[in-house]
Amino acid sequence: MLKRTALFEEHQKLGGRLIDFGGWELPVQYSGVMDEHLACRSGAGLFDVSHMGEVTVEGPGAEAFLNYLVTNNVSKMAVGQAQYTVMCRENGGIVDDLIIYRRTLDTYLVVVNASNTEKDFSWMQEVAAKFRQGKPEFKLSNESAHYSQIAIQGRTAEKILQTLTQVPLSSIRYYTFAEGALCGDIPAIIARTGYTGEDGFEVYVAWEKGPAVWQALLEAGKPHGLKPCGLGARDTLRLEMKYPLYGHELSDETHPLEAGLGWVTKLDKPDFVGKAALLAAKEKGLTRSLVGFKMLERGIPRQGYSVYSGEGAQALGTVTSGTQSPSLSQAVGVAYVPPSHSAVGTRITIDIRGAKIPAEVVPTPFYKRPY
Amino acid sequence: MRFPQDLKYTRDHEWAQVTGQLVKIGITDHAQSALGDIVYVGLPKVGATLKKGDAFGVVESIKAVSDLYAPVSGTVKEINAVLNDDPARVNRNAHGEWMIVVETTEPAPSDLMDAASYESFVATLK
Repeated sequence: MLKRTALFEEHQKLGGRLIDFGGWELPVQYSGVMDEHLACRSGAGLFDVSHMGEVTVEGPGAEAFLNYLVTNNVSKMAVGQAQYTVMCRENGGIVDDLIIYRRTLDTYLVVVNASNTEKDFSWMQEVAAKFRQGKPEFKLSNESAHYSQIAIQGRTAEKILQTLTQVPLSSIRYYTFAEGALCGDIPAIIARTGYTGEDGFEVYVAWEKGPAVWQALLEAGKPHGLKPCGLGARDTLRLEMKYPLYGHELSDETHPLEAGLGWVTKLDKPDFVGKAALLAAKEKGLTRSLVGFKMLERGIPRQGYSVYSGEGAQALGTVTSGTQSPSLSQAVGVAYVPPSHSAVGTRITIDIRGAKIPAEVVPTPFYKRPY
Repeated sequence: MRFPQDLKYTRDHEWAQVTGQLVKIGITDHAQSALGDIVYVGLPKVGATLKKGDAFGVVESIKAVSDLYAPVSGTVKEINAVLNDDPARVNRNAHGEWMIVVETTEPAPSDLMDAASYESFVATLK
């Protein structure tokens, strides 16, 4: 039996095409991936992301624990700030990427990928068990079933969301959040975060309040070009930004430095899980890095396709994600290649059904918002 | 969903219009709807030899790649090259936008479905 979010009936009402996404029955599209993608880029898109996992870490020892668990520097966060980070195994392999919200000095909400929630929570408990001895107390609770998470993304997102709340949204800067009420009396975490490259918000409310907030946003969004968006558009939107996706760019077999996540890997902070391995990897020099490329001839790159050198002789690596970019009308992809072939302008080829099609390494993000 | 009477259909959701030894082949309205926005059509070269049941090309939506299967054996006489530049035409008119014309040496295919059978077949997939 597939799991359903609190918004399942809303998706049915809207004619969403429901699929099995990592054990969750979720809409891949409503009106169509292209239409939804372009609506989010020109107006706004509404996404049900309630399948994401939420773990609360609280207690006097929470900060020190999280700082040991993840690669970024949690101690740098003020209350009301959010932070993107990853957590690694001892060998540097990525367990997951996540967002941490500091709700009080001693309370954090950790948001993880849906399909990784159980793996992540076990890993956090395992690290906690070893870390605990002699340290100030903290506890972990998997609260994934208690939250509905809705993302509203796009240039009109603030205007739409503002009609539902007294919280002055313009004062919430990128990667910060406020706690306040939506629709009069629904307590919510309102964060200026997202996965589309647009301005916008992600809101967290009690599981059963999801439908009320969703319906209110859809209604308020009517004059502002808001459309409900499925997983299909969520994927193309993130790919145009080269935002990594676990299971594609990130896995237990990749480490954050080669994944382009050096900016969230603070090798100068005190010990954290994976630090020694990552320092060693850095010292040895990276063997591969993640690049964005565009196709120079007809053909669409897909995950798993092989990457070769420009003349086709040398195998370089593998495509992790690829699609026809709806915003750019251009086939683009992301791949791991050796540093020798990672410079912008480098010619490579992609093996598409046996034919090596020319491509070129390009600057990323592929898409830059015009406002 | 449209199921034109003058076409024959496969279980892989191709349609075939048989005129003597010439068979025009495309994908059905149901197929284009299930695929969503079509952004790439890959067709064989004119002169290529096809064997019934083999993959002869691909259609790609934003999300996925799907093979096209030959409903008959024969030689590719013509391809609809306009789809190279504007593959979304298939979404707009799946039964009008043929993909290839095959000249077959075999007798008229008897194993293809008529419109009513294909419509019932599609209904079982829901």
